[in-house]
Amino acid sequence: MVYKGLSAEFLDSSGLSIGDLIKVEKNGTSYFGILLDRAEDPDEKHIVIKLNSGYNVGIDVNNAKAELVESGDKPKIELAPLNIENDAEKPDISIVSTGGTVASVIDYKTGAVHPAFTADDLIRANPELLEHANITGKAIFNILSENMKPEYWVKTARSVADEINSGADGVVIAHGTDTMHYTSAALSFMLKTPVPVVVTGAQRSSDRPSSDAFMNLISSVVAAKSDIAEVSLCMHAEEDDSYCYLHRGTKVRKMHTTRRDTFRSINSLPLAKIQKSKLKLVDKDVVYNKRSTESLIIEDEIEEKVAFIKSYPGIQAELIDYHIDNGYRGMVLEGTGLGHCPEGLIPSLERAADESIPVLMTSQCLYGLVNMNVYSTGRRILSAGVISGLDMLPETAFVKLVWALGQTDNIKEVEKIIHTDVAGELGEKSSEKFFLN
Amino acid sequence: MNYEELGLKMGLEIHQQLNTEKKLFCPCKCELIAEKPDYKLLRYLRPTQSELGKIDRAAFEESRRKLEFIYESYDHETCLVESDDEPPHPLNKEALEIALTIASLLNMNVVDEFHTMRKQVIDGSNTGGFQRTGLIATDGHIETDHGKVVIENLCLEEDAARRIGEKKGKIIFRLDRLGIPLLEVTTDPSMKHPEQVRDVAYQLGQVLRSTKVKRGLGTIRQDLNISIAEGARVEIKGVQDLDTMPKMVENEVKRQIGLIEIRNELQERNAKVDENIHDVGRIFDKTESKIISSAISKGGQVLAIK
Repeated sequence: MVYKGLSAEFLDSSGLSIGDLIKVEKNGTSYFGILLDRAEDPDEKHIVIKLNSGYNVGIDVNNAKAELVESGDKPKIELAPLNIENDAEKPDISIVSTGGTVASVIDYKTGAVHPAFTADDLIRANPELLEHANITGKAIFNILSENMKPEYWVKTARSVADEINSGADGVVIAHGTDTMHYTSAALSFMLKTPVPVVVTGAQRSSDRPSSDAFMNLISSVVAAKSDIAEVSLCMHAEEDDSYCYLHRGTKVRKMHTTRRDTFRSINSLPLAKIQKSKLKLVDKDVVYNKRSTESLIIEDEIEEKVAFIKSYPGIQAELIDYHIDNGYRGMVLEGTGLGHCPEGLIPSLERAADESIPVLMTSQCLYGLVNMNVYSTGRRILSAGVISGLDMLPETAFVKLVWALGQTDNIKEVEKIIHTDVAGELGEKSSEKFFLN
Repeated sequence: MNYEELGLKMGLEIHQQLNTEKKLFCPCKCELIAEKPDYKLLRYLRPTQSELGKIDRAAFEESRRKLEFIYESYDHETCLVESDDEPPHPLNKEALEIALTIASLLNMNVVDEFHTMRKQVIDGSNTGGFQRTGLIATDGHIETDHGKVVIENLCLEEDAARRIGEKKGKIIFRLDRLGIPLLEVTTDPSMKHPEQVRDVAYQLGQVLRSTKVKRGLGTIRQDLNISIAEGARVEIKGVQDLDTMPKMVENEVKRQIGLIEIRNELQERNAKVDENIHDVGRIFDKTESKIISSAISKGGQVLAIK
């Protein structure tokens, strides 16, 4: 119960609990309805009831009188199991959830959201999934994606590996959208997979009829059945509910706070287009890992003490020094333009190199290649030992450094890993087609 | 007719657009647009649990038909809020103030705290699949020559998207009207005389027009509920002219009396529904009714019972 202060006392002294049918008298008006919980807010004096008309109202408990009409039932959201038999003709797709975006169960009587997430929940909400595959589901956590941590990437990678070892022909990961591209990059580095691993989510929550969850989920299952045995991210391609794009897990970024088509491939084209449950490559010559050509390998050592710093006009060297002094093992700089930061930072960057702390340079332009050989500041930053992130997205570079430092402490080795294409994160060749698409 | 003896009961529900600077949940103007749209968005809706209940059966049937919708939008006149690609902005304070003025003019009790709700509507008229609405005030009244009429509820809600047409089975809506603030005034079903309904509608109209509301065709919509003791509740939608209201009531009452008479006559004759169904298509071989002939040509049947 969220009620606190005066409203909590009022409910307590009137002997009322959430879900009860109650009558409230206030200034000659009476309200008759079900007592609801409040949304989290600082309010301490209003109780919320759902009237018979379906409308909710908040009533200030000062000078109000409430009485119980009928005790509410305990919310029952447990539904009977579906007992669906496996279809031997269809592939087995496993859906791993990290947050309740795709199919949360909402009890509207009390307003509570239940993170129940089983295969049955998913199938009840999206029965069409069964036309494509045998579905199993597993909730590994229920967190908002802004609360994701590198240690959870490791847990997720291990859960995906478990599913593959148990015979899944493809794995779909339901994830909040805020940091979805960090997770897709992390899994790309951690897993060599013989089957597709597809990360997906929703920009409009699944409790609204216009949610993008359904199309994203169905398209992800289609991608998980495909031949593309890589870690990818599948979301709406347009504002229309027309088709989804499958993006490479290391080359994708959230680019809009609210639109359905927020995820965009940066410095590359999407891998594939999924329309009406049919997958088609965007570039028919694209090179990708085919199903069953690799055996499952998981490399999940990481170093969490990595900082991600944005350069800006007037940034002080003390920011870099702070991270050196506080035991950070690596830093990713999001520089300006071709990969620059103010000259004043250079002595501190040299200090980092002297102390074997790798610093990666990326660009806040997002699009294009980092090249520190063009201008003198860039050349001085390079001489200070800063490693170029090339055409990697800053977020991907951050994840890669977290992962690379888990593989080795040696700064030269780290540089070698950073400059080796591990999971499609580095593209040697640019193209007219890669900008703002 | 002796309306009292017949047990006539009537209620009125009025929807009035407000003439605010901005829409209820976004900064767009509250104007209808005649120009060609800049974008056409394709969307599907699916039923989910609604805040006003479980999965709505009507909503579910609607979605099983897999309706696709086209939404017409503009670079300048509409924004991402109407196209359901951006969450709502805070509620328009101007609309709230107009609503509070009207609540006070109708002697209503304003709620202590206003809650915006989602009412599931998946006929496509709202891009989100629900209408945002909230209860402002309850329990008001106005006086009439035939007695006091209770104003049950005053709600502030968003208007729906404007239906433009249909193309290849897809319904086309324009987003210009979506989100214009709308007040819903509902009376209790206590009106007992046709003249009283006209009086209430007139008074409510005067109160609404004394504030900042839109004028002109389509900016106010009045629905009339009518029942008699032995009959059933019937809603007459979109009544435009106040002066025709008493006549409409009279006609509806006559119709319901007629139906009751038919029922009584059937009961007297001990009438039953014959369960034998006959194919009478042959009789319509040379029919001039286009509806029937076209249905038959598509393989349809004409069935009859005795």
